[in-house]
Amino acid sequence: MFETICFSLIVIAGTVGELCVSRAMKEVGEVHDFRPAALVRFLLRAIRVKWMWIGVAMMAIAFFSLLAVLTFENVSFVVPVTALSYVAGAFGGIFFLKEHVSPRRWVGVALVCIGVTLVVIGRR
Amino acid sequence: MNSHKRLHLKTYLMITIMVLAGPMGNVLLGKAMKSLGKLTISSPADLLHVAVRVFTTGTLWLGIASLITFFVAYMLVLSWADYSYVQPASSIAYAVVALLGATVLGEFVSPTRWAGIAIICLGVFIVGQTGPRTMEKA
Repeated sequence: MFETICFSLIVIAGTVGELCVSRAMKEVGEVHDFRPAALVRFLLRAIRVKWMWIGVAMMAIAFFSLLAVLTFENVSFVVPVTALSYVAGAFGGIFFLKEHVSPRRWVGVALVCIGVTLVVIGRR
Repeated sequence: MNSHKRLHLKTYLMITIMVLAGPMGNVLLGKAMKSLGKLTISSPADLLHVAVRVFTTGTLWLGIASLITFFVAYMLVLSWADYSYVQPASSIAYAVVALLGATVLGEFVSPTRWAGIAIICLGVFIVGQTGPRTMEKA
């Protein structure tokens, strides 16, 4: 039960967090300049976006859930299970960020999902 | 055309950093948390005690440093590439995690699980052939 709650939090809070951060980054704009001073200015711009803070809070929740699960499960099991966020992520990208996902990319995402399923089945 | 090439190069470089630093971070976190043994929390005082033990583990901080490296590369790449491109493209990290888990931590990875990882990599290959940006620049 505890394990299920932790995995749900990792997947859901993690995905929502990443979507929020992605939305924030789109607001901040593309990075063209990789010099340290420019990157600092970029970060200062990023932390003024509301979505960034919501995203970081969500990702923190996911992070502590991950730590909790890692006390009793193997990394090579935990991390593949968290890939359940692919399904959530693809749909989130469409509905939340209005991104277009091509049929070819859907095939790739589907294969990734099948692979993740096998990883979970091969637990023991 | 040239700026297209640059965009791809920039994207691949960031994804390479992501797929190395991310799994490394997860493996270090796993190592740190397993080294603490069984943690029981039955009172607020226990929670504080556990938090102190967790955050005074050196390996955990190495893991966090590695994950921050991952996160910075991730944020940078998301500023120009689609989320639904970056997330699948970085999924080769699952193979790296299993490899590191098996070799560094000595975890058992069953043949079925390796097969699953191979399929994940195939999926990643197909996803990687699509363009990193589907929305036209405003």
